[in-house]
Amino acid sequence: MDLVFLADTFVTLLGGVPLLLQLTAISVSVGAVLAVLLALMRLSGNPLLDYPARGYVFVFRGTPLLVQIFLIYYGLGQFPEIRQSVAWPFLRQPYWCAMLALTLNTTAYATEIIRGGILSVPFGQIEAARACGMSRLLIFRRIILPQGLRTALPAYGNEIILMTRATALASVITLMEVTGIASKLVSETFRAIEVFACAGAIYLIINFLISRAIALAERRLSPQLAAPPAAPEPAR
Amino acid sequence: MGYFELMGFGPKGWGLLLAQATLMTIAVSVTAFAIGAVLGGLLAWARLAGGRGIGIAAETYVTVLRGIPDLLVIYLLYFGGSSVLTSVMRWLGNDGFVGVNAFAAGAIAVGIISAAYQSEVYRGAFGAVAKGEIEAARAVGMGRMLMFRRILAPQILRFAIPGLGNVWQLALKESALISVVGLTEILRQAQVGAGSTRQPFVFFITAALLYLLLSTVSGWGFNRAEAAAMRGVRRA
Repeated sequence: MDLVFLADTFVTLLGGVPLLLQLTAISVSVGAVLAVLLALMRLSGNPLLDYPARGYVFVFRGTPLLVQIFLIYYGLGQFPEIRQSVAWPFLRQPYWCAMLALTLNTTAYATEIIRGGILSVPFGQIEAARACGMSRLLIFRRIILPQGLRTALPAYGNEIILMTRATALASVITLMEVTGIASKLVSETFRAIEVFACAGAIYLIINFLISRAIALAERRLSPQLAAPPAAPEPAR
Repeated sequence: MGYFELMGFGPKGWGLLLAQATLMTIAVSVTAFAIGAVLGGLLAWARLAGGRGIGIAAETYVTVLRGIPDLLVIYLLYFGGSSVLTSVMRWLGNDGFVGVNAFAAGAIAVGIISAAYQSEVYRGAFGAVAKGEIEAARAVGMGRMLMFRRILAPQILRFAIPGLGNVWQLALKESALISVVGLTEILRQAQVGAGSTRQPFVFFITAALLYLLLSTVSGWGFNRAEAAAMRGVRRA
């Protein structure tokens, strides 16, 4: 095994990590905000709000992310109206297209996760808040959202990890994140196995760190679930 | 040319090509899912009944395959496989590049990812089988194989259907990534059409609709299967 080559490859591939983290962080955070809105639309009980949100989730979860990326990157340019609009300087760039596709995609999955979290808040809590005279907005902000998000956190952690994996698809529209750099290296060196294994190791490390961070956040947010402190030794 | 003429089965229509591509998507997804079922079953068995070493190995497999991008796995199998094959052929005295078959590489890649997810589904389903059933089977003197065949396998499959439905949808969507190594499935055919007619939006929307159709029809099929398998289970 050629350790020098592996080390060189690893360092070169690390150059793609900032872009990978950027794509993940921005799409996940914007997606989270949109997902809360869509989850509220789903739960509003108003069919005019519920059905569009349902349709959105159905379409974005039912089609492959790569199709969505191609639709935005290659597809939108078909229309002169879009090519002449103010959005074109952004939609022309693969970076913003990938960001948009990732955001819209994660929004759909996160909507269902957050909806599940909100539904898990016991009705008694909401009833009690109403009895105290809280307004709907205050109930949502103080009672429903904090508890709902806490329940949703483990599933949301999975979604964040799925998103770091999904950023690899941005390489297909020429973005040079880790997988993009890896493909370029392979076409230069023809050493596919070593290079792609190195890239895989980078994703594993990132996802390991993310899952540890989520576990830590879970423990912080749900101290009541932590193991009770060990009983002190009985006095002799 | 109107949309239906473009996507129709007439002399200038792309209908026939897209229909063939849809069959290819189904074929490659089903093959991948079947590979995943066999391998996933073995992995679940290794984690449930294997020794400590085997259990840890299976767990590592699942963690790794769920942590690295699916695109990377496809690249690794396709380009890595090609480079291995090329050097084997060179050793046998045949110079020149030998590529692996895109269908085989893609189906195996999506299959080994699917195996990681399926093993978790089977493991969960095993946990849902009542322990009394296993005790009763032992008590009447069934051998291990007979017990697996008559008692465990049918019930594990029954409880696994909803989870398997999700994993199938994943495999279906991941099959779109095989287009990057040149397999003519839905997305690849849409790219070809987009290139030659300069109507990328129309073709990618059609691809999205085909995926939605496949996922809806198969989702409906899984629901039917679940209803049929659960008809003997009493529920609260």
